[in-house]
Amino acid sequence: MGLIESHEVPQPLKFVLNWGRKYSLWVMNFGLACCAIEFIATSAARHDFIRLGVIPFAHGPRQADLMVVAGTLTDKMAPAIKRLYDQMPEPKYVISFGSCSNCGGPYWDSYSVTKGVDQVVPVDVYVPGCPPRPEALLEGIVTLQQQIEHESLKERYAARDARRPVVAGDGDPTRHPLDDPM
Amino acid sequence: MTQAAAADAAGGVLPGAPGESLQVEVRSDGDLQTQDMNLNIGPQHPATHGVLRVVIDVDGERIVRAQPVIGYMHRAFEKLAEHRDYRQIIALVNRHDWLSAFCNEVGVALAVERMMELEVPERAQWIRTMMCEWNRIMNHLMFVSSFGLELGAITPMFYAFREREDIQNLMESATGGRLHFTYTRGGGLKDDLPLGFLKASEELVPLVRRRNQEYRDLLLGNEIFHARTKGVGALEPEVALDYGVTGPALHATGVAEDSRVTEPYLKYDEVDVTVPVAENGDSYDRFQVLLDRIDASCDIIEQCLGNLPAGPFAAKTPKQVKAPEGAIYVRTENPLGQGGYYLISDGGKQPYRLRMRTPSFNNVQMIPHLLEGSMLPDMIAIMGSVYFVVGDVDR
Repeated sequence: MGLIESHEVPQPLKFVLNWGRKYSLWVMNFGLACCAIEFIATSAARHDFIRLGVIPFAHGPRQADLMVVAGTLTDKMAPAIKRLYDQMPEPKYVISFGSCSNCGGPYWDSYSVTKGVDQVVPVDVYVPGCPPRPEALLEGIVTLQQQIEHESLKERYAARDARRPVVAGDGDPTRHPLDDPM
Repeated sequence: MTQAAAADAAGGVLPGAPGESLQVEVRSDGDLQTQDMNLNIGPQHPATHGVLRVVIDVDGERIVRAQPVIGYMHRAFEKLAEHRDYRQIIALVNRHDWLSAFCNEVGVALAVERMMELEVPERAQWIRTMMCEWNRIMNHLMFVSSFGLELGAITPMFYAFREREDIQNLMESATGGRLHFTYTRGGGLKDDLPLGFLKASEELVPLVRRRNQEYRDLLLGNEIFHARTKGVGALEPEVALDYGVTGPALHATGVAEDSRVTEPYLKYDEVDVTVPVAENGDSYDRFQVLLDRIDASCDIIEQCLGNLPAGPFAAKTPKQVKAPEGAIYVRTENPLGQGGYYLISDGGKQPYRLRMRTPSFNNVQMIPHLLEGSMLPDMIAIMGSVYFVVGDVDR
């Protein structure tokens, strides 16, 4: 962990860093279901989220700052989403787009659907709707940008480390089954 | 089998080469061994547009075995339908194939109405026919955009979404939904068409027709597009029928099987339905059929607009919709192929069983047949032109 993450950064420097990160969110579209279509519609000409600095050309999770989980997450898919999230470099953000990834949505009583992506990865902004309109995603992005503007990375990482159990290595009994490769 | 041995068996011709025209000179004495590489593609991969996972074995650049792994989008629609009443099912089924929501809900509504022997008003039937065709155009525009994108052309996506937004606005004015319309009710529709809908439709049809010609010029007139799709992933009509392939993928092989013609529902027996077909069944033909179908749908919409009668938009239905005891099978022509709804009722307010036959499931089955023997770079062109929606595969 570097200096910026572990120490209180002076306010002017923090302002500049946050301002830079806020308007350069390379997004990975974790398109799963119907909501992915609305995500593509948001990236297309009429709604065009590139004007907000959200760039949908990340080649993979390793180049992305933001993951938009758009669609129903099933139990079979959950390990893959955890794996891709772990590949993203810090600081990373997650937008849960649509009712399914928020809480299961219309499949709240289905045996195969994970009721909420926040059971697998931490979520920063929830966008409700089934599927949400493109305007709702724009609103979610602006909300995330406001969060980034005011955040302190030190606090963010402290909260993250408090949440995550320390894993000593392979074979650890506290290891969550979702941490295992597919 | 090694390449050399395979080529030996086929008399110096590499099996599965496009048209089997690639002649290779076999210089080894059969001892040359290469090791097949196992390659996993997906479940989250931009080229599979969805969460389909394909495990392939490659011998150099040639695919020797392909195995689609499905189930990443299994949401248990058929089970959930047993726990929803007939009104709620309509909101459920339009989500399994999210690109053809209206056609799905019409299929279930038809099954319930036929079991209850409900007389659906003429106007409702005409509006349903028209909306099905608008939905078909929206679906095909999505595949026009994604296929271009997968072959490396980003422009069609921006163009196709321009028209999709226009059509979505039009449908939203009537139904209130952009993607999942939930406009159908047992016995008719939720509401009548709003003021100005017909005029907007009349203006939009020529626009879509003109823009469709633009896509034709842009993609079918492109040399790179030809090189990547012509002769790639050719499907024989017999194999397609054996696999139960329907829709544009079947029409591209020259078989004009279409439920709208062979077993008309709604008002398809009163309009002229043209079923565009092609000859070779390769990726190029499948894409061409898709573009032709947009024009064919425009024709049907114009006929619907001309024939739309006045009258009620829904039949009088009892407060609680209950299908009588029995079973029924309804076939509809969904944008991607033939959809089937097998409804078994025990007389209650919920179905005893709702079995869905979805076109994408059968279309995905032919992926191993098409991929085996083809080159790795052709995989994208083949899988992009098979036209499936993963939610429709896994249900």
